[in-house]
Formats: sequence, C-alpha cells, structure tokens
Amino acid sequence: MTDSLRRSLANLYIPLGSLLAALIIFGGFCALAGANPFGVYHSIYRAAFGSWSSFQNTLTQASPLMLSSLCTALPARLGLVIIGNEGAIVMGGLAAVVSGLALSDWGAASPVVQIGMALAAMGLGGLWIALVGALRHYRAVNETISSLLLNYIAIALLNHLINGPLKDPSSLNNPATYPIPAVHMLGNLPGSRVHYGLIFGLVACGIAYFLIQRTTFGFAARTTGGNLRAAKIAGLPVGQLTLIICFLGGACAGLAGMVEVAAIHGRANAALNAGYGYSGVLVAFIARQNPIAATVVALLLGGILASGGILQRAHSLPDATVLVFQGIVFLSVLYGDSLQGRLSGLMQRFRRQPVPPPAPIGPLV
Amino acid sequence: MATPALSVTRRQVLRGLLATSAFGLTVKLGGCGDSPIADDGTDTLTAGFVYVGPRDDYGYNQAHAQGRDGLADVPNLSAFDEANVPETQAVQETMRSMIDLDGASVIFATSFGYFEPHVLSLAEEFPDVQFFHCGGLYEEGVHPDNVGSYFGYIDEAQYIAGIVAAHTSETKRLGFIGAIPIPQVLRNINSFTLGARSVDPSVTTQVIFTGDWAAPVREAEAANSMIDQGVDVLTCHVDSPRVVIETAERRGVFSSGYHASQAELAPNGYLTGAEWDWTSVYRNYITWLQEGKTLMNGGIPHLVRGGLGDGFVKLSDYGSAVSDTAKQEAEDAKAGLLSGDLVIYAGEIQDNRGNTVVAQNEALGQTAIELEQMDWLIEGVSGSVS
Amino acid sequence: MATDALGWWGVPLAIIAGTLRGSAPFLFVSLGECLTEKSGKINLGLEGTLLMGAMSAYAVSFLTGSPWLGVITAGVAGMGLGLIHGWLAQQPRVNDIAVGIAMIIFGSGLAFFFGKPYIQPAAPQLPSIAFGAWSQSPQLESALRVSPLFLLGVAIAPLMTWFFRATRWGLLVRAVGDSPDAARAMGISVFKVRLFSIMAGSFLAGVGGAYLSLYYPGIWSERISSGQGLMAVALVIFARWNPRQCLYASLLFGGAQAIGPALQSVGIDAYYYLFNASPYILTLLIMVFTCSPRRQLSGAPGALGQSQD
Repeated sequence: MTDSLRRSLANLYIPLGSLLAALIIFGGFCALAGANPFGVYHSIYRAAFGSWSSFQNTLTQASPLMLSSLCTALPARLGLVIIGNEGAIVMGGLAAVVSGLALSDWGAASPVVQIGMALAAMGLGGLWIALVGALRHYRAVNETISSLLLNYIAIALLNHLINGPLKDPSSLNNPATYPIPAVHMLGNLPGSRVHYGLIFGLVACGIAYFLIQRTTFGFAARTTGGNLRAAKIAGLPVGQLTLIICFLGGACAGLAGMVEVAAIHGRANAALNAGYGYSGVLVAFIARQNPIAATVVALLLGGILASGGILQRAHSLPDATVLVFQGIVFLSVLYGDSLQGRLSGLMQRFRRQPVPPPAPIGPLV
Repeated sequence: MATPALSVTRRQVLRGLLATSAFGLTVKLGGCGDSPIADDGTDTLTAGFVYVGPRDDYGYNQAHAQGRDGLADVPNLSAFDEANVPETQAVQETMRSMIDLDGASVIFATSFGYFEPHVLSLAEEFPDVQFFHCGGLYEEGVHPDNVGSYFGYIDEAQYIAGIVAAHTSETKRLGFIGAIPIPQVLRNINSFTLGARSVDPSVTTQVIFTGDWAAPVREAEAANSMIDQGVDVLTCHVDSPRVVIETAERRGVFSSGYHASQAELAPNGYLTGAEWDWTSVYRNYITWLQEGKTLMNGGIPHLVRGGLGDGFVKLSDYGSAVSDTAKQEAEDAKAGLLSGDLVIYAGEIQDNRGNTVVAQNEALGQTAIELEQMDWLIEGVSGSVS
Repeated sequence: MATDALGWWGVPLAIIAGTLRGSAPFLFVSLGECLTEKSGKINLGLEGTLLMGAMSAYAVSFLTGSPWLGVITAGVAGMGLGLIHGWLAQQPRVNDIAVGIAMIIFGSGLAFFFGKPYIQPAAPQLPSIAFGAWSQSPQLESALRVSPLFLLGVAIAPLMTWFFRATRWGLLVRAVGDSPDAARAMGISVFKVRLFSIMAGSFLAGVGGAYLSLYYPGIWSERISSGQGLMAVALVIFARWNPRQCLYASLLFGGAQAIGPALQSVGIDAYYYLFNASPYILTLLIMVFTCSPRRQLSGAPGALGQSQD
C-alpha cells in the first residue's frame, strides 16, 4: 500500500472509528440511565437521517454552523485562535436588520434589500473580528481573549438595542426590532424547507478552501501561520494579511447572523445569541480548520442537534442527554485525530512519537 | 399518602369543572360547532408540549411541566414534552418532529418567543394541527385559524400579594426584581403596587431589571441592594424565583413568591405568592379537544384568558407573618375580583412620569387588550421601562 | 428588619458587599486557570468544571448533610474532568482550546444530567463569619458577612505565588510551562507535570463551583454560572499569570457584578445591559492599554498556546 493511499484511508476510518466509539460509549451511558441503547441508536437515525424530512432538520441545524465555523477556521491559518463567532453573528444580525429596514423604507427592490443586508452584515461582522486582528497585530492583545470579551459586549449591545433604541413597541413580550417586510425575506430552497443559508454556507466553505489552498494569498497566509518570523523576513505584509483574514472570517459569521434575520426571524431578537458561535468554534477545530471538512462536521453536529428532541420524547432521557452525547462525540473525535499517523506505531507498540503539527497555532501572547 | 392524593385529584377535577364553566370569558366567536375530530381514525389524542428551559427549574417551565404531568390520568391521551428548546428554528423542527414522527395533532408551545415566526409558520404548514401558544396575542384575520393563545391574569394574585405586602411592610418600601421590562412583567409590577397602595398610598415599589430570565448572581445582588436601601418585602418575575426568596429570608425580610409556592424556602418571611395552575387550563383544553371541539370549527376560542376565578392562577397559603387584618383585606379583595366588583385598573391612574394612563372614569377590565400592551409603570414605582 | 435606607451610600456599600460575596468563584477558577496556564496549557473547559463542581457539591451536601464534604467532592469531581482534559489536550495534533470547548459541553452536560433531582431540594449551606457583628447597621453587618471559603481562596493566592517562586514543584511547573524541551532534557516528565497542574487547577475550579451552589447565591440551577469559567481565562491574562493579581482581578470582577443592580436601586435605570457588561469592556480596555507588540508580557509562560510537540 502506498503512503498516500494509506493516509487517505486513515483520513476516513479514523473519524468513523471515533464516531463508532462515541456511539458505543454513549450507548453504555444510556443503558446506565435506563434506556435501551439500540432503541436510542434507532431513534437518533430516524430523527436525523431517517427520512428526507428529518434530514432537512439536520441540514437546517447545520447551515449556521458552516458559516460560523469559518470565523475560526480562516484566522487559524494565520495561527490565530479566534472564538468571537457569537459576537460577529450578533453584530451581523443587527447590521442586517438596520440596513434592511433602511433599504426597504427607501423603497428598494427585494434583491437590493437582500444584497444590502448581506453586505452590511458581512461588513460589520468582518470589522468586529478585524478589530480583534488589529488589536492582535498593533497592540499584541491576545486574540482569543479579546474575541471572547467582544462576544459579551456584542450580546450586551444586542440586548440594549432590542430593549431600547431599536425596539418595536408591538413586539410586546418578546422584545425585538421592527420586522423586515415579508417580501424581502430569503426564501427556501426549491422543494424543501431548508433556507438559502445552507447554500451560503456551502459556497463560503468552498471559496474559503480555494482561497487558502489555491491562491497566492492563501499561500502567504499559510506561510505566515507556519512561521511568523520567516514571513516577516520574506517581506510578507503580516499586518494586512491579519486584518484581511480576520475580516473575511468575521464576514462569514456576520452573514450567518444575516441569514438568521433574513430567512427565519425577520427581525433581530435575543434568539440571535443562540450558541451557534461556540458550536462553530468546535466545528472548526474538529475539522482541523479545513473548510470542506467543516461542512461535514457541521452536518454531523446538525444531526446530533436534530436528534436531541427524540431522546427526550421517545426515551424519557433528560434534556441534558444531548449535551453529554455531543461532548462524548467531540472528545472521541479529537482523540481519534491524535491517532492519525500513529496507528501503525500503535499496532507495534504503544509509544508516544513526536508528530509535526499540521495546523500550527500561534503563541497565545 | 392515598388520601391526600385522592383529595388533590378531586380538587383538580372540581377546579377543572369550575374553569370549564367560567371559560366563556373571552370567547369571541360564539359558535359551537360539534363536528367530530378527525384524528387518523384513532381515539387517542396526541399532544406535544414544548418548554424553553429545563423541565425542573423550580419556576416558569416547571409550572408548565407540572401542568402536563397533571394530565397523566386522562384516558385516551398521549401527552409528551420536550424541554430546553431554543427560540430559533430549532423549535420549528421540534414541533414538526412531534407532528411527523410522534403523530401529535395538538402542540402547546409555552414560551413567548415561540410565537412569531415559529408557531405561525408551522401553523400555516400544518392546517390540521392545532397550536396553542402561551402568552401570545392572537389577532383574528391576521393569524392562522389553527392558532390559539392562552394566558392567565396572574396579576390578580399579584394585586392581592401587594395588599398583604403593604400590611406587613414596616418601611413601606417594596422591591420587585424583574427580568426584562415586557408588558407581562410591567403588569405584575403595577398590579402588585396598586394592591399595596390600595392599603396605604405612601407605599412605593423599587424595581430592578436584571436583563435576563435567569441570572442567579445578579438576582441575588439586586435583592441585596434593595434590602440595603430599606426594602422589606421582595417579590419578583424571573424564571426561577428561588434566589430572590432565599436571599430575602437570609437577610430577614419578607418575600412573596411567583410561578409556584416557595413557602418552604422561607418559613419565616414568606407572605404569599402568585402561582400558576396550568393543570386546570390544560385539562380543560383536553376536554374540549376530546369532545371534538377545535379552533377551526369554532368550538375552542382563540384567546383563552382567565384569572383567580377561572382556576388559572392561585395564591400561596398565607405565611405566619401575615396579620389577620391583612388576611381579611386580601380575602375581601379576592372576593371583589371574583365577583367582578373590583377592577384593578380603574381610573384615574397616572404613570410614574405624570402621564394619565387610565382616565378618570375609565375602568379597564382584565380582558382589556390595552393591558396586554402595557408600557408604563404607575406612580409609586421607581424604575423605568427603557 | 432593615432600618433606614442608605441612599447613595448604598452604591459603594453594594459594590463592597458584592465584591466580598461574589468574587470567590472568579478567584478559585482564575487561580486554577493560572496554575494550568503556568504549566503551558489552557483549559477553557473550566466553565464545565465549575458547573460540575456546583452540582456535585450541592448534591453531596444535600445527601450527607455536610456542606464541607460537598466542597471536597466538588474539587474531586473537578479533578476528574481535569484528568480528561489534561490527558487529551496533551495528545499529538490535539488543540487545548478545542478540548476545552468540548469539555464545556461534556462537563455541563454531565452536571445537568445528574443534577436534575437536586434543583428543588434545599441543601445545607456553608457557614459564614460575621465580621460586621459590631456594627449597628444591618446593611453593614450583612455586607461584612464573609464565607470562610472566600478567605481560603484569598490565602491560596499568595501561597501559590510562593509555590511558584520558592518550591521545587513550583519550579517544575514553571520550567515545563516556559520551555518544555529544556525540562524534558532535565529528565522531567512534561506530560505528568502538566497533567497534575491541570488536575489541581480543576480541583480549585470545582471548589469555585461549590461556592456558587453552597454559599452565594446558594442554589443549584442550570443557569448558576454566568460565564465565570470562561472569564477565568481572560482574568488570568489580565492578572499576568500572577496569583496575587488574580486575587485583585477577581475582586474587581466580583464587585462589577453588583454595579448594575446597585445603580438601579438608587434610580439610575437606563443602560443596565451596558453596565452589566462593564467588566468585559474594562478588561478589554486595560488589555489594549497595557499590551505592547514590542515586548512579551512578563510572567507569560513561554510554551503557552504553542502547538503540541
């Protein structure tokens, strides 16, 4: 067997094996909790993938995660660990509402309103994360921490605006902004109830992959991420790269916020802050910051989320069960990752071997 | 344990009967169609309940979950639930999955944020399924025919709690911890204060909004700061009142509960409380449905509201610190509310910025829609809506 | 019963009281994170550890009647999660931030799953020491009521500084955190030192959770943590990996929690969402003004955030 063939096989059977292991562990957990593991497996399959209708549930849950994950995956190429996805989604949603209301007030046609909303959301989301990049580059402020803090600040801003200056008085018991007129809303994909956010996510992941792997820009970014000093010596514009990549990542998350507004709620409300941000971080890491892999991982997480309800309804398991399930799957997949390239060694004898890091993560400080 | 369980059941049945007879309160369409329910040829009614938080939060969601648990002995009914469903597209998927996979023909969506767009869009997609939403405001002609909304006038209980609070308070300063300034919270604050000021017009209510339905540390901080400011009766409208009640008890001030009885958390300071009784509401709905009545055939009103008299809400038993005078006045007010002689929002009422919100000779009965759109705090409340 | 209103004096009093009541969870979690990061790893999962600690402490206190046993259990439960994190985050190709987020989900999932029966019952609470017993003012008396657990945390801060500076074990942790290769050359097991540091740090975070459920606010609910576990990571950087400064930073954050409610109680009732976010804004500003691209932060462990060897 050639090396490359073995590697691509390993790429397939290790994640699958990790999933299988996670399912077995989770089955044991369910059995301890008094549920029949095989019944649970069957229900998960039925609720997440069993029919076109339930698969649409999975797709729906997955689509915000694809866009959200890029907010972490793109900057990771520069060695930046950004977890500010939640904040960028919130800011994107706010920008989308404000621009959408302004444009529809002005009497613009639907495509103009929609494009305007998307651009505004990507712009503000992008700036939000570019701010993190700028603080990192010019002030050496740790990007993980500043992006985490910006999440809290964005959520506070959202709550302030929807309960104050932007509040629609008729939103009564569920404070929200004024609604975007229904004609300007994004529709669903033909023959389904999945909205266009899924296409945005898939396209954005495709573009991101191409940008990173196939362009000189991406090459420069990867070089910088691999060795900052060498990149500086080679004369790469590290500051510009940082700002642009962060902007692009934030723009994707901002677009996710726009989709929440323009395809689902029609307004900005507290539901914008629904945890897609942190799930996106996890998706990006599980996918090893690879945008194509992120689409698959997002589908997996979407499937888990889609099956969360049936565990409660059909097996009387507590609502927290789906969290435990997620935790087991992700820990197991993360561990499986570490076996990559180590398996043959493992088979001979369990010993730790130094493995070169494929996705370098920058220093924290 | 057999006897108490039996008595509870009997009481529930009685309350259910009472509610059924008083339900006509807000019936808008007088129609009484009797076409039998088309239920896939089976007699079993399948109902799904959706909660936004955990089933056991000792507060809002638990009150609903207990309401559903109270249906356990209803024959030919399968009632299941799902907790912790966020107000995103996830709730649409949950309801759809209840309909598609579990065969639900009735959905009870118990959080405000579920209504628009989630319940409304699902209702359009499944015109044969009936969606009952807690707290929403159904508008005829605007919203689909298979959507109904239900809520209780829990502010009636808050009014009486205000009377008890004013009698008990020594400093004449009451405290109210609210989550966010939405109409339902404002109405509770105002009714509580109106009740208190009906006893003593010098009583004031201090309001602190925590900004979140569940923020235990901030709720405790809010309780402590108000107690430091001389507040000696605390009540609240947050998802889980436990922190507020326990903090009050530890600091040696009085408290008044919400959602459910918290009497056992505060044996010394608990005065009374405004509690939900969703079981009677849900039983009543199920009875209607099993009789073949639906929203679509006009058998079930789209807006269902009720207060103390209809068994939607109740008062906690009075605590040991409540004086006999206070009890007497509270019971008088209760009787007044039950008979309809007492109207809480009877003019003239001014807000705390000096505007008249209820005119001199105006009396807004509990069913008045204006009250569900309240955006003011009455005179005597210190706090602001925005 | 309460006596006179305090008026504007209530604001500083509320902040002082809020500091004494509310800082301990920040303190324990940030000390735990400080120890973890000194060894060269980050543990974002302390949010899950905190919740696990809060739940297990409450459950054990309820079941056995001994809150102190609950505190110890919380620490041990935290250590269990720390063991998973410490082991997994040191595997090749595995990023500690990713493990941290997965551990938040796993830890909170376990805490919520097993915590269901304990939401409603009342568990025995930790005692408090009344430093204000001399005072005539009930407000002051209440403000100066301090939990021994908080005092323990205050004592641990300088002890940990001393531990890092003067003990062999402390030196080991720092050596492993600063230059793992050199440590390895000296024959130190980097893996073991980091594992123990992470486990000890998680023990502290679990104890922080016990404070939440057994002292202030003194309940077990799924929303008991308001992000203290996540903020710990920011706090430690804010504190420059110095345990003593972790103490000051925790006091600041604890006090900041009281600002929003305290201002509303004297009638400043606009912008409370923004007041509630003040600690985050403040931290960000301080970081912007104190960091510099020209020098590394003093005290920063050299290997922190570096990928796995």
